[in-house]
Amino acid sequence: MAFLPSAVVSHPTSLRFQASLPRNRWNALLTAVAAVFSAIAVLPLVLVLGYVLFKGGSLISATLLTELPPPPGLEGGGIGNAILGTIVVTLVASLIAIPVGVGGGVYLAEYSRSGWFAQFVRFGTNVLSGVPSIICGVFIYGLIVSTRLFFGQSYSAMAGGVALSVLMLPTVIKTTDEALKLVPQELRLGAMGLGASQFVTITRITLPTAFTPIATGVVLGIARAAGETAPLIFTALFSPFWPEGLFNPIATMSVLIFNFAIMPYEAQNALAWAASFVLVLMILLANLFARWVARFTRV
Amino acid sequence: MTATLSATQTCLSLEDVSIRYWNNEAVRGVHLGVPRHKVTAFIGPSGCGKSTVLRCLNRMNDLIEGCTLSGRVVFDGQDLYAKTVDPVEVRRRIGMVFQKPNPFPKSIYDNIAFGARINGYTGDMDELVERSLRKAALWDETKDKLSESGYALSGGQQQRLCIARTIAIDPEVILMDEPCSALDPISTLKIEEMIHELKNSYTIVIVTHNMQQAVRVSDMTGFFNVNTFSDRDTKVGCLEEFADTQTIFNSPQQKATQDYVSGRFG
Repeated sequence: MAFLPSAVVSHPTSLRFQASLPRNRWNALLTAVAAVFSAIAVLPLVLVLGYVLFKGGSLISATLLTELPPPPGLEGGGIGNAILGTIVVTLVASLIAIPVGVGGGVYLAEYSRSGWFAQFVRFGTNVLSGVPSIICGVFIYGLIVSTRLFFGQSYSAMAGGVALSVLMLPTVIKTTDEALKLVPQELRLGAMGLGASQFVTITRITLPTAFTPIATGVVLGIARAAGETAPLIFTALFSPFWPEGLFNPIATMSVLIFNFAIMPYEAQNALAWAASFVLVLMILLANLFARWVARFTRV
Repeated sequence: MTATLSATQTCLSLEDVSIRYWNNEAVRGVHLGVPRHKVTAFIGPSGCGKSTVLRCLNRMNDLIEGCTLSGRVVFDGQDLYAKTVDPVEVRRRIGMVFQKPNPFPKSIYDNIAFGARINGYTGDMDELVERSLRKAALWDETKDKLSESGYALSGGQQQRLCIARTIAIDPEVILMDEPCSALDPISTLKIEEMIHELKNSYTIVIVTHNMQQAVRVSDMTGFFNVNTFSDRDTKVGCLEEFADTQTIFNSPQQKATQDYVSGRFG
C-alpha cells in the first residue's frame, strides 16, 4: 500500500471534543428531549402504582382478605368474596380460553399455515383483540344473560367467565401461533423423518418446545382478564355475599372497585382502594410468574 | 427376510420420476435403481435436484407445499406414491438424516427412545438405546450423560445422535442429506466409518457435495446435472449418469460427468 503525501493527511485541528460544534449541540438537545419524553411515559406507571400503594396499602390486613364487605353505613369488613370471585371467574375463563386458544393456534401454525381460512382466522383474531371489552360484555349479555341460557339463571359467574374468555382468546391464539412458528422446521422434519405422525410431532415435539412462550402468553392473558371490569358489570354482576356456585351472580374485585369507589360511604371507598391494591398486586405477581416461566430452560 | 435376498437386489427404484414445485420443474425423468445393502451416493452441482430426489424417496416432499411428483418410486414392490400408501408408514421403513444436526430438545436417551416409542417398541429400551448409540459410534462419549440434553453435544456428536435415533427405529433404508456438510473433518471421518459399518444392515442413500466422500463411502454413484430443455426457460435437474462409483470417477461415459469429477466445473 502506497503512503499518501503528507499534505493530504495533515490534521489542522486537534482531536479534543468541542461542545460548541453544531452536531454536538443537536446531539445534546435531542438526547434531552428523548429523556424528557421517556420520563413522561414512565410517570403514569409510577404514579398509579404509588398512589394505589399509598391509598390502599395501609388497609391491608387479615380481615381484608377473609371477610365480607360491610353493609352500607357500617365500618370494617373485607373483600374476601371479591378475591374468591375474581379467582373463580378467571378460572372459568381460562378453562375455556386456554384449550380453545391453544387448539386454534396449533391449527393456524401447524395445519394451515397460509390457507385462506387461516388468514381469515388470523385477521379475525387481530380484530377481536381490538374489540373494546364492554362490547364483549354486551355480547355475552345478549347471548347468555338475557336469554337465561344456563338453567334459567340470568347474571352468573359462568356468564362472566365466558365474557372474559372471549377477551383472553385472541392473546392465547396469537401467542400460540407465534410461538409455534418459532420452532425450527428441522425439528418437525426430524420427527416426521422417524415416522412420527403429525399429531405425535405436535404433541411430543413442537408443543413442548414452544411451551415457555405459550405459557407466558397464557399467563399474561389471564392477568389481563382478571383486571377487566366492563365485561363483568352486566354478566357476573355483583354480590355482597360469598359465591353461591357458578350459576349465580358473583362478586369480583374490579366490579367491587367500580361499585364502592363511587359510594358515598368512607368505609366502602377505603375498601375500593384496598381492592385496587390487591388487584394490582395480583396482576404484578402474574407478570412476575410469567417472567419466571419464561426463564425456564428446556431440558 | 432381507437375509434371504441377494445382496445386489434393487431396493428402491425410480421410474421416470419428475418433481415440480408449483410450476417449476426441479427434476425430470430420473430412472434409478438403488441396490440393497449398498451405499448409493448422489453428487452434482447445486440446484441439480439431488436433495429433492432424496426427499422423494421417503415422501418428505409431501411436507413441502406445492411439491408434486410424477412417475413411480417402487420400494419392495410397492409404489410409494400410490393413493393407498400411508406416508407415515413409509418414513418408518425409510428413515432420514438431515443436513443440519437436529436433535430434539430432550435428553440424549429420549432422543433415541422417541422414535422407538412412537413406533410401538416394547422391548428393553435401555438396551435399544445402548445398541443404537454403539452403532453410531457415540456410546463411549455419551454413556455417562444419557440424561443430558442432546444440545449439550458437539455438532458432530449431534449428527451421530441423529443417526443413532434413525437406527433405533430399525428402518430398511437410511437417507442422508449431506450429513457431514456442517461438520469438521474428524467428525466427518467418524461418520464415514460408521456408514461402512451400517451398510451391512441397511441400504444407504447419501447426498454429498464432497466428491472424495462419495469415493470413500459409496458403491454406486449417481451424477445429477442441470440441463436446459427446449420446452423450458429455466434449467431443470436430471440424472446424467448412474453407475459404479469406480466407473463414475475413473471412466465415466458422459462428458459432463468427466468434467465434474475432474473438477472442471461445479
